[in-house]
Amino acid sequence: MTTLDTARADAPAPRAARAWRTLRSSRTAVVGLAIVAVHVVIALLAPLLTSYDPIAGNTSQALLGPGGAHWAGTDQYGRDVLARVLYGGRYALGVSVAATVVSVVLGTVIGCATALRGGWFDDLTGRVLDAVLAIPAVLALLVVVTALGTGPAVIVLAVAVVFVPQVVRVVRGAALAVVPADYVTAARARGEGTWPILRREVLPNIVDVVCVEFAMRASWVVLLISSLSFLGFGADPPTPDWGLMVAENRTAITVVPMASVAPIIALATLVIGLNLAADGLSKAWGVDRIREGL
Amino acid sequence: MLSFIARRTVAALGTLLLSSLLVFLAVQALPGDVATQVLGKDATPQAVAGLRGSLGLDRPAWERYTDWIRGALHGDFGTSLVSGKAVGGEVAQYLGNSALIALITILFAVTGSLLLGIVAGLWRDRWPDHLISTVSLVGMSVPEFVVATVLVLCFSVALPWFPAVVLYGPDATVGQLLPAVWLPALALAVVMAAYIVRMARTSVIDVMASEYVTTARLKGLSTWRVVTRHALPSALLPVLHVIALNVAWLLGGVAVVENVFNYPGIGKLMLSSVQNRDLPVIQAIAVISAVVYVVCNLAADLGAMALNPRLRTRGRTR
Repeated sequence: MTTLDTARADAPAPRAARAWRTLRSSRTAVVGLAIVAVHVVIALLAPLLTSYDPIAGNTSQALLGPGGAHWAGTDQYGRDVLARVLYGGRYALGVSVAATVVSVVLGTVIGCATALRGGWFDDLTGRVLDAVLAIPAVLALLVVVTALGTGPAVIVLAVAVVFVPQVVRVVRGAALAVVPADYVTAARARGEGTWPILRREVLPNIVDVVCVEFAMRASWVVLLISSLSFLGFGADPPTPDWGLMVAENRTAITVVPMASVAPIIALATLVIGLNLAADGLSKAWGVDRIREGL
Repeated sequence: MLSFIARRTVAALGTLLLSSLLVFLAVQALPGDVATQVLGKDATPQAVAGLRGSLGLDRPAWERYTDWIRGALHGDFGTSLVSGKAVGGEVAQYLGNSALIALITILFAVTGSLLLGIVAGLWRDRWPDHLISTVSLVGMSVPEFVVATVLVLCFSVALPWFPAVVLYGPDATVGQLLPAVWLPALALAVVMAAYIVRMARTSVIDVMASEYVTTARLKGLSTWRVVTRHALPSALLPVLHVIALNVAWLLGGVAVVENVFNYPGIGKLMLSSVQNRDLPVIQAIAVISAVVYVVCNLAADLGAMALNPRLRTRGRTR
């Protein structure tokens, strides 16, 4: 037993190192992660990068084009567009990361559990999740938000409702490949429970799938949350948020196009970074996410 | 084969029933019930109780659910709380307008993306592939409202070719809507195509590396013949599923784009009915979307089975 245990304890370190090496060898993944890192840094350092307040406006300075004082111009309330874009990353990243973590963690646990337990539990979960998937994501989101009110916590919950079933599908598929392995049978024979088997035997072997899933879901979550804000169901108005900014400034797009274009660029670069990271990770680790039906 | 189809159909119906139940429960959870919604906040408790009685809201939930299912099966989805019209007819009208967008979107997206995906797959790692892959990466990295906004900026503001907003109501004729359909359809097609292109590319690359394509090449067949006769039929198989999933996605995707263009379609109805808590309409839209999703998936499965004999036998042994 002890020898077995030490062997297992040793295994993850070289594995992690190898994963990191393959990751660094993928230019796509490095570029993607770098873009995301830049976004994180900008969001954290927003107060240092601009002296303007993202919420308080100066109406005498409304609807200015890009210029010396306001690099990206101002919106209809005289708020500095650049400041709002820089601070906007905080809402987008904060809510998206929280929502993605909740979705992926819940989805991974349920996915592994269904693969491991099988039988009626698997069938029932599959049926229920299929039924949730059949309801359009936007409608499910709108119903949850309408029922519980806006606010970051509700958005996180709503996104989880939409994405957990999809994560479960992918993780269950990956876990099913691991479950018949001898070491899982051995653990079962030792009399270990579902949870320890899941944590010590199954999870370490599908960690690459989960990571790729995380990067990919994150990009979808950012898109979904910004769409929700755009429709007026996400961030509440004075909050600096990219989706909301596009919605607010669209009407004045002929006067100050920069006020709409700047948040669009921020949003697009973040999602491109996440997509590149997901692509690079899946290629470097041999996780075939495209063939798994996205 | 027949029993397999039958089993899939039964499973699909089960999914449908379950999602209708989920939607019913979720809608029940929305704060404020129908009676208070109709009468307003200042209504007397007696009036609310009276309306609840006449609407049948005082009966247990499962009874109302079975009633609703029975009505829905007969095409009666109840009455809209806002317009007072029959939900079935109202939803059908908006759905018809959206179908116009959806049809053009699917036409653009599927033909365009298959073509681009195949080109990218055949010229793998050369400039056409790099160009197409980069463009599709950008396409899938921007939300629909951004694509729509950019299109308005280009083709309504800079070049005034298409209207930026629709000024007609839900009862507009096809002729009135037709000029306004192109930009929303193009916006949706760009986002949708991005996914199909990637799938088609991977699929073509896989098939071109397979042994039977090598054999066909070694037989001395022309490249054109190898691609059209041997590679494409099998390469398109996995793409089918992604297309089906995307068609189902379209129903949600239109919500955003229709609101950008003020287009009187199902997406706009969805948003306004959630805003107004028009529960019967929400329920009807959700069930119709679920039907579309289930039918698309079923069609993809059956289509895949028709094209791939191996799946048929696997279905039987299962």
